[in-house]
Amino acid sequence: MSAHDHAGHDHAHGGAAHGSLRGYLIGFFLSVILTAIPFWLVMDGVIDNKQATAVIVMAFAVVQIIVHMIFFLHMNPASEGGWSMLALIFTVILVVIVLSGSLWVMYHLNANMMPAVHEMRQMP
Amino acid sequence: MASTAITADTAAVFHLEEEHAHAEGGSTMLGFWLYLMSDCLIFAMLFAAFGVLGGNYAAGPAPKDLFDLGLVAVNTTMLLLSSITYGFAMLTMDKGRVGATQGWLAVTMLFGLAFLSIELSEFAHMIHEGATPQRSAFLSSFFTLVGTHGLHVTFGIVWMVTLMVQVARHGLIEANRRRLMCLSMFWHFLDVVWIGVFTFVYLMGTLR
Amino acid sequence: MPETLTKFIFGRLTLESLPLHEPIVVGTFIVVALGGLAVLAAITYFKLWGYLWREWFTSVDHKKIGVMYMALGLVMLLRGFSDAIMMRLQQAIAFNGSEGYLNAHHYDQIFTAHGVIMIFFVAMPFVTGLMNFVVPLQIGARDVSFPFLNNFSFWMTVGGAILVMASLFVGEFARTGWLAYPPLSGINYSPDVGVDYYIWALQVAGVGTTLSGINLICTIIKMRAPGMTMMRMPVFTWTSLCTNILIVASFPVLTAVLTLLALDRYVGTNFFTNDFGGNPMMYVNLIWIWGHPEVYILILPLFGVFSEVTSTFSGKRLFGYTSMVYATVVITILSYLVWLHHFFTMGSGASVNSFFGITTMIISIPTGAKMFNWLFTMYRGRIRFELPMMWTVAFMLTFVVGGMTGVLLAVPPADFVLHNSLFLIAHFHNVIIGGVLFGLFAGIAYWWPKAFGFRLDPFWGKVSFWCWVLGFWFAFMPLYILGLMGVTRRMRVFDDPSLQIWFVIAAFGAVLIAAGIAAFLVQIFVSIRRREALADHTGDPWDGRTLEWSTSSPPPAYNFAFTPIIRDNDAWWDMKKAGYRRPLSGFKPIHMPKNTGTGVILAVFSVALGFGLIWYMWWLAALSFVCLIATAIGHTFNYHRDFDIPAAEVAQTEEARTTLLAAQG
Repeated sequence: MSAHDHAGHDHAHGGAAHGSLRGYLIGFFLSVILTAIPFWLVMDGVIDNKQATAVIVMAFAVVQIIVHMIFFLHMNPASEGGWSMLALIFTVILVVIVLSGSLWVMYHLNANMMPAVHEMRQMP
Repeated sequence: MASTAITADTAAVFHLEEEHAHAEGGSTMLGFWLYLMSDCLIFAMLFAAFGVLGGNYAAGPAPKDLFDLGLVAVNTTMLLLSSITYGFAMLTMDKGRVGATQGWLAVTMLFGLAFLSIELSEFAHMIHEGATPQRSAFLSSFFTLVGTHGLHVTFGIVWMVTLMVQVARHGLIEANRRRLMCLSMFWHFLDVVWIGVFTFVYLMGTLR
Repeated sequence: MPETLTKFIFGRLTLESLPLHEPIVVGTFIVVALGGLAVLAAITYFKLWGYLWREWFTSVDHKKIGVMYMALGLVMLLRGFSDAIMMRLQQAIAFNGSEGYLNAHHYDQIFTAHGVIMIFFVAMPFVTGLMNFVVPLQIGARDVSFPFLNNFSFWMTVGGAILVMASLFVGEFARTGWLAYPPLSGINYSPDVGVDYYIWALQVAGVGTTLSGINLICTIIKMRAPGMTMMRMPVFTWTSLCTNILIVASFPVLTAVLTLLALDRYVGTNFFTNDFGGNPMMYVNLIWIWGHPEVYILILPLFGVFSEVTSTFSGKRLFGYTSMVYATVVITILSYLVWLHHFFTMGSGASVNSFFGITTMIISIPTGAKMFNWLFTMYRGRIRFELPMMWTVAFMLTFVVGGMTGVLLAVPPADFVLHNSLFLIAHFHNVIIGGVLFGLFAGIAYWWPKAFGFRLDPFWGKVSFWCWVLGFWFAFMPLYILGLMGVTRRMRVFDDPSLQIWFVIAAFGAVLIAAGIAAFLVQIFVSIRRREALADHTGDPWDGRTLEWSTSSPPPAYNFAFTPIIRDNDAWWDMKKAGYRRPLSGFKPIHMPKNTGTGVILAVFSVALGFGLIWYMWWLAALSFVCLIATAIGHTFNYHRDFDIPAAEVAQTEEARTTLLAAQG
């Protein structure tokens, strides 16, 4: 954040930032597992309760996204002087606001203005 | 200003003696990351549209009738494999091995093409069954969201070809390395979006 | 066969598409065409094409691009204002059975074009231009992070403006209001080209805006001079940073929403239709997720301008710098939590409306804090009422009223009464004219000497100032009253004769504003004529506080011969106080980016692509798309994009300045 991040060594940052073979393999291994389990849960209907399945599947997605961020996109709090991380956090907050806000707003609209249309379901 | 009385600290330094060169392309990675964040918001909009409209089948086909999760699993595998092979390309690039880098890029591209062909055949099948983008708001938002991801992959492949030509011409010079790193972020970013797609669209859609 | 061929070549463009039956449009066309021809002829006669192309159009210099943005904004202001005064005239006379002089078809296009142009092609270019010019100078940088991208962004904005202007004479513009709500903007109710012009003009310009946002964020983060920590950045740079964050985080939303609308119109999807499960209100929801941050994109940089101006002309350090910065950051985040207040009446119910009503009221708190900061900066300061300061004081008085009516509208039950009424129109013109436009005039008067080396003529500036300020109050206070009486927006004729007097007063205000614009143009003209008398050779005409005043006016291509080291918030003030002396020797070669024409070419292809899509000339669209991609890829094969300004040349430039300063004494 100081005079620091101007000097030529941003560059060194970039250079060191693309991980190791071990990192990639761990990331790949984890993401295969994190992909396979949700597919298995849904395709074989392992859990009776659909809502519970949905929650678990979403949780797996969140974990897998974090895995990809760390092992493939090499996110860490230090890269680019913390600005990449800050941008990511800001974006995630906005995505959450936009998605949950839209669903909330439109669900209430439909509930209030079109009570007869039952197929307008909100997300699980 | 020249008349300003010279008071205290005459030793104060107000400028750098040497030319203060910003590392060439020093902002590129950050700039590209910011671009990806803005792209992420485009996808967020499409997800929001799918989230709100994805249940509106208009008496047409529903996800259960259309989605073949086995095919989606194969597709996901293609994308995951392409991700790790791109990772290998980056590792060989670090070692400065041009041939190996090009090889891994080519493999990545093949996986990308496989992903695209599977997706296109899925689309063709759906359209053949009458599940066109015009049929219902669910299908409109499905085709737009998944199709936009596919377009990004297509663009990534075009970019990859361009970079392979440039690496062949100039070798792994600094500028080319930077470009390969940008494409790496782009490619892995598409992976992250795909996690959202298969979870939110395919798996949750089938659960509905 | 010939008919199918014509259809293939021209799509749906026929001779009937030219609005020859509209005498007003034909008249405008003749005037514009003659004026345009005169300009082109003059450029050719004075052999300026080569100069313009080499020194301006292909320039990657942030200062020149900034000036070009301002010029674009000014030209489009004239167009946008013509629309405004036509509306005011129509509404002032369309009483007692009179139909006025504009038919509904034309009138609807005018109010749409007015809104679109004023936001996207006046306010945005002005704001972007100001940031482009000032930010690198304020942070001690040589240029922006991505100079080519900067040039490209500018030409994409121009491309969008060209498409909007083309709609005036070829075909028509949207008749939907400036946000083009479906289902009215859907293909069933707007089968003509108007909405397509709207979509593609905004898409083309939107690309430019997003990229320039990324560019400026990177510049501010990466290119600051050594010693300038985040909390030592000038407030204008801070507000610019927040603005550009908002741009990057909101324009993609607009792009996505307009793409969905375009898909509905072109492909027949059902996002925002009334049947097959579509939902038009989803469009309203999504577009305001962009729309509300956009409001802050416009106003935040001007808050920065007012901060700079207030502290400079009060001769004091800005009061509450830290609180100013935090207020800006809070506004940036909160601006994403208020979008529903634009459509309380949609019917989402009490819980949703109360949430967004409360967040809207909260967001006025940091804005209020800023107001107090400016007032406390002025308190016991040695205030010089130069033109920029006059605009700032006018802003404070005007904007507070607009802010308070905004809080009134934030109360959902009140909004149910005032929604879409002229009260709303008065409110947002109150904040946009009183905030954005006054701020732009303050900024232009403040930084003009930096850009051109001479001040603006104060007399004509004051004429313009008084006409604008009085004109604003005359034009919009009646609209508050009319709004409270229940008059809705976008009306063409009125039945109740008792309303007429208010519209006549408003029209009078618009005429005063017209005089203000004219005086502004005269001011520029007179200042250029009197540039010797108004010249400023010091580079620091206002006894400024920030870094841009440390270099010459206009600054050399490389901005600073040596990269400055920053020790204080008011870096230049600190340097002056600590006995800074300009270095006269030891110059080094300076690394700079080369000019390139690729930006212009890409923008031309984008306009052609847009035009092809608008008129269903698929061959043109396909061809220009292929050319666009090919040019972009071709550009990446050029690895030699930089050059060095030799040390001797730098020394020569600096020598000239030394002589000039010595002559001043």
